[in-house]
Amino acid sequence: MSDAILLIVSAALVNNVVLTKFLGLCPFMGVSTRLDSAVGMGLATTFVLTLTAVLSWALESFVLAPLGLEFLRIITFILVIAAVVQFTEMAVQRLSPVLHQVLGIFLPLITSNCAVLGVALLNRQAAHGFLESLVFGFGSAVGFMLTLVVFAGLRERLALAEVPRAFRGAPVGFITAGVLSLAFMGFSGLEVQ
Amino acid sequence: MTGSVIAAVATLGALGLALGAVLGLAAKHVQVAGNPLEDKVADMLPGSNCGQCGYPGCRQMAKAVVQGEAAVTGCPPGGRALAAALAEVMGVSIDLSETAEPEQRRAFIHEDQCIGCLRCLSACSTDAIVGGPKQMHTVITAYCHGCGECVPTCPVDCIEMRPVPVTLKAWHWPKPDDLSEAA
Repeated sequence: MSDAILLIVSAALVNNVVLTKFLGLCPFMGVSTRLDSAVGMGLATTFVLTLTAVLSWALESFVLAPLGLEFLRIITFILVIAAVVQFTEMAVQRLSPVLHQVLGIFLPLITSNCAVLGVALLNRQAAHGFLESLVFGFGSAVGFMLTLVVFAGLRERLALAEVPRAFRGAPVGFITAGVLSLAFMGFSGLEVQ
Repeated sequence: MTGSVIAAVATLGALGLALGAVLGLAAKHVQVAGNPLEDKVADMLPGSNCGQCGYPGCRQMAKAVVQGEAAVTGCPPGGRALAAALAEVMGVSIDLSETAEPEQRRAFIHEDQCIGCLRCLSACSTDAIVGGPKQMHTVITAYCHGCGECVPTCPVDCIEMRPVPVTLKAWHWPKPDDLSEAA
């Protein structure tokens, strides 16, 4: 149990996908202008990331490894991710049409979110088992959502701030992201007893 | 070597088929949740989201019509033909005598007064206005559907709605008075 908590904390904070591994930067910059759409995007990505982490583990250990087809890893993972994203889009459209409209193009773009493929590949690299894959996928997703929401909150305030003209819009967003990344480096000194 | 190629192709093919089947089932499942009548009504509406009915767009109007909140005669660009068709789909009887056939009007920009502010461009639901920043704008009459959304956006009041003149090309036989009777 403590192992699982350790893994979640490490995936969400210490090795945060966005701010430490620099994966999934497009939704991080693209959907972070409003807090509510950031929360929606975070939830959708959490669902997709956790599900694909488990599914790709199952594919890797039950199909690819026994057949000796490890060279097909990336393309099969992408296939699974695309299918899960398509499914999520249908589910969101049914459960919350408003959210579907707010997320718009970013929902299908989860397919090309490198954090999703990255976590599936990192799971494989670390030789995680079923439970570890699930926990690591969920922890990374929580970390992704956390940074997305925090950053969206920052940008909502930035929109009201008096920013020098040359830095208005995206540039100040990137600078803020850099400062946030520096702040998250503080977690690497975290020692769990 | 050949074995692994066949295995790879078979695995990917089977995986794709399985995922496709799951998605197909899911799509079917979701479609039941949506209202097929609403889709039908939305397809019948003009689809230009001009907002003359008082709803943000045609999709919202379709929803209101299906729920009985909006009258089937509520779409001005659709005119009598649409009202009669909608009444038939919704199974209600309507009195078409009060639904006037909309007078055909097209936006016209007084180009010598236009300051090129671009505001009417974003208001146009059919992209019928062309122009650039600080350049004169003009209306592509063939694409204008006469909703008049651009008129209030103009800061210098240089847009007016003009009736379409009856020419040999624009004239057509008058439509039957009561389409529901003819149907």
